[in-house]
Order: sequence, then structure tokens, then C-alpha cells
Amino acid sequence: MSLLQILIFGLFSMAVGCLPPARWRVWVLLAGSLLSVYWLQPSIPIRALDFWLPSASIGVTLLIWAITVPKDRLNLRSNQAAFALIAVLVLMISMTRYSGNFCCLTPSRPPQIVTVLIVIALTAGLLYLVYRAGVTSRRMAAIAVLLIIGLFFLLKYSPLSQSASAILRRLSGQDASLASSFDLAWLGFSYLAFRLLHVIRDYHSSKLPAYTAGEFLTYALFYSSLTAGPIDRSQRFIQNDLRSTVTVTTSGRLRGLERILFGIFKKFVLADTLALIALNQQIAMQTHSSFWMWVFLYAYALRLYFDFAGYTDIALGLALLVGIQLPENFNRPYLKTNLTAFWNSWHITLAGWFRAYVFNPLTRALRISPRRFPVWSIILIGQIATMSLIGLWHGISWSFAIWGLWHALGLFIHNRWSDWMHPRMAGVGANRNLNLGLSLGGWFITFQFVCLGWVWFALPDPSAALQVFRVLFGL
Amino acid sequence: MSAPPTPHPNADHRVDQAHPGFFTPRVILKALLLFLLINLVFVLVYPLDAVGGLSVYNRLVPGRVRLPYGDDPSRAYTLSLFSLEAMFSSHEIDAVPKAADEYRVLLIGDSSTWGYLLPPGQTLAAYLNQTTLTLPDNRHVRAYNLGYPVMSLTKDLLLLSQGMRYQPDMVIWLVTLESFPLDKQLYPPLLLHNPEAVRELIAEYDLPLDTNDPGFINAGPLGRTIIGSRRTLADWLRLQFYGMLWAATGIDQYIPASFTPRMEDLPPDENFHELEPPHLNFDQLAIDVLQAGQQAVGQVPLVIINEPMFISQGENSHIRYNYYYPRWAYDDYRLLMAESSAANGWRYLDLWDAIPASEFTNSAVHMSSSGTAQLADLLCEVILANAVDLP
Repeated sequence: MSLLQILIFGLFSMAVGCLPPARWRVWVLLAGSLLSVYWLQPSIPIRALDFWLPSASIGVTLLIWAITVPKDRLNLRSNQAAFALIAVLVLMISMTRYSGNFCCLTPSRPPQIVTVLIVIALTAGLLYLVYRAGVTSRRMAAIAVLLIIGLFFLLKYSPLSQSASAILRRLSGQDASLASSFDLAWLGFSYLAFRLLHVIRDYHSSKLPAYTAGEFLTYALFYSSLTAGPIDRSQRFIQNDLRSTVTVTTSGRLRGLERILFGIFKKFVLADTLALIALNQQIAMQTHSSFWMWVFLYAYALRLYFDFAGYTDIALGLALLVGIQLPENFNRPYLKTNLTAFWNSWHITLAGWFRAYVFNPLTRALRISPRRFPVWSIILIGQIATMSLIGLWHGISWSFAIWGLWHALGLFIHNRWSDWMHPRMAGVGANRNLNLGLSLGGWFITFQFVCLGWVWFALPDPSAALQVFRVLFGL
Repeated sequence: MSAPPTPHPNADHRVDQAHPGFFTPRVILKALLLFLLINLVFVLVYPLDAVGGLSVYNRLVPGRVRLPYGDDPSRAYTLSLFSLEAMFSSHEIDAVPKAADEYRVLLIGDSSTWGYLLPPGQTLAAYLNQTTLTLPDNRHVRAYNLGYPVMSLTKDLLLLSQGMRYQPDMVIWLVTLESFPLDKQLYPPLLLHNPEAVRELIAEYDLPLDTNDPGFINAGPLGRTIIGSRRTLADWLRLQFYGMLWAATGIDQYIPASFTPRMEDLPPDENFHELEPPHLNFDQLAIDVLQAGQQAVGQVPLVIINEPMFISQGENSHIRYNYYYPRWAYDDYRLLMAESSAANGWRYLDLWDAIPASEFTNSAVHMSSSGTAQLADLLCEVILANAVDLP
């Protein structure tokens, strides 16, 4: 989000927060979120794709809603108003094709309105069929999971993205030789995918309440958390906040504005300045001094934090202005004294998602498995599976996989260390100096470990990362 | 009757109860007043020069060996900025007072002197320093690169006037005809963003230039606020951060692996700017700026060098020497320089054809590393010949 976009979202949120009665809010938030999906989408060189990808976000979200909605409690007819609003908005956006440079909601000219009408009709037909599938919805849900994971793989695996881009370029009559993996910049899909997977998983576990289509879309595509999270749970977002008739208080507004200002400072002042000297491939190859390499690595670590935490602050602040309390994503992660505490305070909602849907089910399955695994191996397998997936969520490459493994091993070692230390620490609880020393030592080791892990994260290939390690340690 | 609004579980109501209804307006009003006050103080003090003088260079990181100029900051680790204070305070010349055994030589000129497409260790100044030239009085010659990649004698004069505070013992000013036309004297953004300094030069040396040139960017009252000065402040800050990358990598220019070579075959065009053959109109050349330079340096010897250029042997080379110059104009210019130097007593050396054509890179004045080294050898002799007050 640019500063202008933040300003406009801020004004919009303030206006929505003042809306009486509060039940209208969901409609305005739905409309605002749908428009923002198009507005925030960056430009893509493939013709009209920056219209189709946001449309696909809406389509996929509606599809998941149709699969997971309890048919006995909600019917399609009761959601007619939401469907009408969605169709009208999408058509309005596509009609900006004829407004010259007047409207700026999409980065490039939308496609022909006839094409859009056909796609809307096909989507509506598909939704109807999915909805009518009724008892087979669970199988549909499984297919939907595969579809989302498939899309995720397509977007995150560069060779595949490049091939897809080449195909799309050919279909739109463009030069396929110019295809790049960066062409498929589907804004917010990483976060949308995880919200939808969470909904499907909870649907499978029969933990999912009934939502209207409007509520569900507002949750999945909420404008403040669309680009950089946090990944909220639908139950909390919709039942606690969206349906609440809470009047947004002055202090709530002030807290929201304060949060936005802090976010802007973190992102646009601290992070963007640190970005000038943050470690990257070019700097890594040109720096031969150990001292400066450490400086650039720390700059990268801080930049990453301020950038992400800044966006999170802005997202939380905008949400507060409309009376929605999104979950925190960061809690001073670089001040933590061990790696487990770090992961409880860094990208909290993502880590929580993986804990709930990967680590816990996997370790539970291993514990009750007929083949008896030792505890340490269950933890190790759980950590490796979870952290590798967290790594691959950022992009399917060896670097991200190694970054995930790095943290998996770190978490495992910390787990074993804690178990070993626990009985031995019984007598030192009152020794303040020893505790202080252990805390400082723990902080130092954790911070260095995390920073060194960023080397894998920052560089596109492991050989470049190894070169950086050599310079860092003067080898 | 509808239910009363439910308080949000996370809402902090102490604020609202303490200042019912007025809290937000008061906070906004105070913030606005504070913002206005800080801006007002900034307008009154206008500390941009002082800020520009603050620098990590020569303190936390080594000074730059040439003035900051960058087409591509993210790859060059430098940027073009307009604060003369910030530019000079980032330069190595600002590091320490001149040593007793130092013979300080300032090199003034365009991109050729600055060292376009050359790493910092292969510029003219760098090669001069590598010769470890020592004068008969045992002073060591130390050359400083104050070139800047824009062709305008007035730009050179501005940098020369700034450079004089560093107590040079000699100034070598490398010039070429392209820097002379009056109509392009004030076009460099560096001059347009420093109107006061340029006006002072125009007034002090009675230069035939317009003190109210429409291109001048004058900071009005709003332009003197923090908001109005944000570009200058941001550039200063970026320059400081790039200092770390400069220290770590020694890179201050993005040099592409390949470039388009200088034009060998030339168009059959005889014009030079607005001037037509057979002779240059000397009134349209900024000869007065050279005289101003002589006055600016006072007793310090100033040597003017007609810098080497590429001489084409290709198509239409009978009409033009190179992309910049038709033969008639350049020949006239050389004559003018020789006559003016003789008439005014300038120390002048014409090295126009001193470097072989093969040593020029992407333009008719940009030399390769070895071409620059050859020029440095020639300048060593110039320095020795022109150094004054020697036993």
C-alpha cells in the first residue's frame, strides 16, 4: 500500500466507523473490500490479467463459501443481495474500460464487458452446481484444497509460474518469450489461500458456523489485511467483530490512528531507509569485509521486521477504525530470549495457523501411531515438517526450504535444551544475576541465530548464501 | 426500541470519560500546532546547510574520492543531490586539514575528469596520486577530483569557488568547447537548485548570465519548510546510508559490462548548437567564466587544459571531428582559447589530440583507464612546470 492508499483507506474506515446503524457496516465493508481487491492489485504485463486475478480471488472465495456453507441453514436466495452487489461492482469496474483515464481502479484497461458478463454467468453457474452438490460437499472441499494448493504451487514455483505466464501470453496474443515468473503477481493470494484452507479445515472438523456470502467475502478479502495479513480466524473475525453492533469509540479511533501512524513510521521511514543497505544478492557479491557484511545482515533483519510489522500496524489500525480487532502478528520478536519465544512472536498468525493445522495434527498422529516413536523424534519430525512448509510458503526454492530447516533444527535443539535444563534450573530461580546472564545469553544467541537464518532467506540461491557465511566468519 | 450500543471489549474508555467529546479534536489541534511550530522554526533557522555539513563520511566511513553523482543509486551506491554542503562534506577533501608537506591540486571539469565509466581507482586524480609526484621542495602532490558529470563552465566555476575553501596550491581546469555555449551554462540541475550561489557568482564576476533565469528553483516560504525541504533532507539521509556501501564495496558508480561506443561515423551536419559556419560567434561563448575562474583562485595557479577528445576517422570526419564538434567550430575554439590565454596571461595547455582515438569509450570525451593514465602522465609535467614558490 502506498501512502495515498493508506490515506484513502483511513478516511474510508473513519467514515465506515461512523455509520449508524452498525449493521450496515458489513455491506459497506464488503463493497470497499471488493473494490480494493482490484485497486491494490499491481500492474501485470499480461493483458487484462490484473483484472482477472482479483476477479479470481472473488470467484475462488465464493466457491469455497458455496462448498462450506451449511445448506440447511442458509440458502442461495437469502444471499441474493450480496451476489447482486458483487456482480454490479465487478461489472462497474469492467465498465471503467470505457472511461478513458478517468477511473484508476485497475492498473490497466479491463477486458471487454461481454467477456466479463460471460465469466460472471459461468461463475454463477458453477456456484449453483457446487451449492446443489449438497452431500458431496466434503469431496468438493477436498478438491478445493487441492485447487488452492495447486494454485499456490503454481504461483510460488518459478519455473511453473514462468510456463503459466508463457501460456497466458500466448492466449492473449503477446510474445511468450518475454514470459517471467514475476508476471503472475496475484496480490494477497498467499494470505487468502490460508484463510480459505482454514475455513475448509474447520468445515471438515464441523467447527465452522454459518456465514452469509457477504460476511465470508468481507472476512477473506478484508481490505486492510489483504496484502500482508494478519491471517485471522473466520470465527473471531465474523462472529466477534463483523456482526457486532459495537459503536466505534473515540479511543478506538485514536488507537487505530496511532497504530496507523506507527505503522507508517516503521514502514516508510525505518524499513525503507534500512532497505538502502539491507543485504541482497548484489551487496552480498560485492562485500568482502566481515564487519560490513554483519552490518548489512542486521540491516536486513531490522528492515524485514519494520517493513512487515509496519504493514501489520497499518492493517490493525485501519481495522480498529471500523471496530474490528485483528490479531497481532508481532510481539517484539527480536527481544526474545529463545527461538520458541521468537516463533511465538514473529508472524504470529502464520505460525499459529501451521501449529493448528500441521504441527498439532501431525504430532498427534505420530503419538497415537501403532508404531511407537520416541518423543524427541515426534518433535523433530513435527518441527521439520512445519518449518519446511513455512519456508516454502514464502516461495518454492532451496533457499526457503533450507531457511525452514534451519529454524526447525533450532527449535528442536531449543526444545531438547529446555528439557535438559529444566530440572537443573530448579535451584537458580532466585539468583537474579544468573537469570539475567542466561536471559542476555539467550537473547544474543537467539538474535544471531535468527539473523544468520535470514541469509538463506535473503538470497536466491544457497551458493550465494554460503558465500555470505564465508565472509561473515572470515573463512 | 433498539438496544444501547455495546462497548467493544477491547476499548479503553478512560480517555473518553476524562474528555467527553473533545479529546480527538484536541489531540488533532495539538498535533497540528506542534507541526506548524516545528515548520516555522525550520523556516526561520533553515538549517539545510548545517544538515548538509553533518556527514558520516571522513568520520565513520572513508570520504568519497569524487563528488556524488549517480544515475542508478541502488547499483552505484551514490546519488545526484543538490546540496553543495552535503556533496563536499562527503568528499575526501573534507577529511583533514591540509598537511604541511601536501601540495594540493584540485581537478575541475566534466564527466571526463570525474571518471565516467571508470572505477574510483582509475580516474585522473587517482592516476595522478599513484605517480606519487614530489616537488623539488619535498611537498607531495595530492590531487582531488572535483569534476562533475555535466558540461557547463558555470557549473565548474561553482565547484571551483566551493573548492577554494580547501586551500589548494594549484587548480587544473579541464575544459572542452561543449561547456562553453552561453545558452547551456545554467541548464545543470545542480545550478538550478542552487540559485543563490549562482547569483552570487554572476554578480561577483559580472557574468553575462541572467540572475532571474526562469529555470532557477527558488525556495519560497513553503519550500523552506520541512515538507518543502523533504527531498533535500531525504537525499542527504540516503547519501549517508550509501556511505556504508561505499565503505564496504568501494563502488561509487554503476559501470555496465558493455556500452555503446562513441560514434565513429558522423552525420554531415556542420552546425554547432545555434551557431553556423564559418566562424564561432565568441559573444555566445562563456569565455568570461574562465576569466572569473582566474579571479576566484586569486594567487593560486590555475592551469586551463583543453581536454583530449576523440578524433574520428569515419564517415564525414572531414566535416566533424566527432559527435560534438564540427571541424570549423572546434578549430575556431582552439584559436580563441590560444588567443585569449595569451591576451589574459592564462596558463593554458591544448591537449585536444594528446590521447589516441582508441582510448575513448562511450563518448568523444570519456577516456578509458589507460587513456586516463596517459593524460595523468602529461599532467604531471604540467604540475611540475606550473608549481610556484618553489626553491
